[in-house]
Amino acid sequence: MLRTKKLRLGILDAIVLAFAVGAVAYVAYRVDSVLVYKWDWSAIPGYLFRWDEDLGTWVPNLLIKGLVTTIRISIWALIIASIMGTILGVMRTSQRLLPRLIGWAYVEFIRNIPPVPFLFLFYFFISSQIIPLLNIGAALDNASPTVLAIVELLFGPARLVENFLSGLISLSMMSAAYIAEIVRAGILAVPRGQYEAGYSVGLSKFTIMRYIVLPQAIQRVVPPIAGQFITLIKDSSLVALISIQELSFLAMEIAISEQRFFEVWLFTGLMYFTVCYACAWSFGRLEKRMGRHLR
Amino acid sequence: MTEHGQDFPHASSPQDRAAIIRIEAVNKWYGDFHVLKGIDLTVGAGERLVICGPSGSGKSTLIRCINRLESHEEGLIEVDGIELTDDNKRIAEIRSEVGMVFQQFNLFPHLTVLENCTLGPVRARGMAKTDATALAMELLEKVRIPEQAQKYPSQLSGGQQQRVAIARSLCMRPKIMLFDEPTSALDPEMINEVLDVMTELAESGMTMLCVTHEMGFARRVADTMVFMDHGEIVEMAKPETFFSNPKSDRCKDFLQKILHH
Repeated sequence: MLRTKKLRLGILDAIVLAFAVGAVAYVAYRVDSVLVYKWDWSAIPGYLFRWDEDLGTWVPNLLIKGLVTTIRISIWALIIASIMGTILGVMRTSQRLLPRLIGWAYVEFIRNIPPVPFLFLFYFFISSQIIPLLNIGAALDNASPTVLAIVELLFGPARLVENFLSGLISLSMMSAAYIAEIVRAGILAVPRGQYEAGYSVGLSKFTIMRYIVLPQAIQRVVPPIAGQFITLIKDSSLVALISIQELSFLAMEIAISEQRFFEVWLFTGLMYFTVCYACAWSFGRLEKRMGRHLR
Repeated sequence: MTEHGQDFPHASSPQDRAAIIRIEAVNKWYGDFHVLKGIDLTVGAGERLVICGPSGSGKSTLIRCINRLESHEEGLIEVDGIELTDDNKRIAEIRSEVGMVFQQFNLFPHLTVLENCTLGPVRARGMAKTDATALAMELLEKVRIPEQAQKYPSQLSGGQQQRVAIARSLCMRPKIMLFDEPTSALDPEMINEVLDVMTELAESGMTMLCVTHEMGFARRVADTMVFMDHGEIVEMAKPETFFSNPKSDRCKDFLQKILHH
C-alpha cells in the first residue's frame, strides 16, 4: 500500500497556484466589468420549490422535478446498461463464434455512431415500433391507484411513461456498448490459471464465469466503470433532445422564459456536478473496499 | 469421516492395484512441435508416481492431459474406466475425481480460504453449504492451517497457499491427485511444509502423480519413477534402481545435474 503523501508546498507549487488565482480573478473581472452583465439570481429559488395555493404547502417545481427525472433515468439506465454490458462483455470473450460476433457487432455499431443521431433514430424506432406493442398506455388507464403510485414513483408521471421508457432504452443501449468493452477488458485480465483451477475441481464453464472470473473482472474495473457511470449521468442530458423532461430540458425552458441564461445554466451545471461528484465519491469509497485481495 | 481409518479418507488402499489410469500410444502436438511422442503408461490405484525430466520434456503436458486441461490428438487416455473424449459431461465427471495442484497455486484471490475450499463441493457436487464447510475445515486441519480459514490467499505465505490448494483439491474427495511442480514457486524454507503434507497424503494411500524435482521426496514416497525427455518416457523404474542404476545416458546426465548441483 502506498502511504498518503504529505502536502508540501514548493516554489513551483506557489507559482502554479498564483497563476490559477490570477486566471480566476481575471475572468471574474472580465465578466464583472467588460461583459456588463447584471446578475439576477432571484428567479432560481422559485423554480426549485413553489407555494401551492390549493394544497397549502410548498411543492417541488421544475428544477427539482427535472433533477428527480434525471436521477431516475440515470439509475435505471445504470442498472439496465450494467446488465446488458456484462452479458455483451462475456459474449465478446466467448470461444464460440456466434456470441462473439453478436457482441462485436453491437459494440462496434453503437460506439461508432455519435449519440445524437443514435438517440434520434432509436427513439423514433422504439417509440413507434416497440412501445405500442407493450400497450402500456391502456394498461395504466386500467391500473389501480396503488399500482399507479408505484409506477409514478419508479418511472415518473404516468402520461409520460412511454416517452420515458423510449429515452431510457436508447440511453441504456448506448452505455451498454461501452460497459461491455470495460467488462471484456476485466475478463481478459483474469489469469488463465483461474480457469484451470476451476476446471480442475469439476466446475462448469458457466460456474467459473459466474463465481470466479466475473467477480474478479468487475473488481478490477471499478475505476473505469465509475467513469462510464458518470458519463452516463451527464449523457442523460442528451435525452432532452427527444423531449424527455429531465433537468436539461426544463432548464432550457426556464432559461428561455426567464431570459436568464447564465444563472439558470450555472445553477443547472452545479446540480449535475453535485450528482456526478456524489457518484464519483461513492465509487472512490467502493474502490478502496473492493479488490484489496486481488494480487 | 475416518471409515478407512486413514488421515485422508476416500483414497484407495495401496494393496488395490487395479489400473486407474491407462494411457496408450498418446501423441500430442503444439502446432509443429511434437510434445508427447507415443506415451504408454499405466497407473495402479494407490500408486505413487513421480515424473521428472528437463524442462520442455512434456511432463507437465502429460499430467495436464489426465484431467484434460490439455487434449491429446492421438491415442487413448482412460481414467477410472472413463475414456477422455470431447464429451464435456464425462470430462466434468473425471475432473471432479482428479485433483490438481499447480505450480502457481491458482487460489481464487477474491474468496477466503474457506470459500476456496467449499466452492467445488457446493457448485460442482451440489453439497449443502454447512456440510461443505465442515468438510473444508476437516481438510484444512489435515494441512495444518484451520486458523487461516477466514483469511484471503494474499494474506498467506506461499507454503500456506499451496497447502490451501491441496485442501481445496481434497475437498472434492478425489481418487487421484496430480501435482504439477508444487514446490517450484516456493521459497526454500517453505518447501518442506508442503512436502510433509504430500508425504502424509501418499501414506494415506492416495493415487498420486507428481511432477517434481524434489528427489528426496521422490526417494521417500515414489513407487515408480518416470524420466521423460523430448516428449518420450525414457526410463521407468522403482526408485531404488532408478537412482542407483539408471540405464539411459540421458537419465544419468539429468540425475547428475539435479543431484549434484
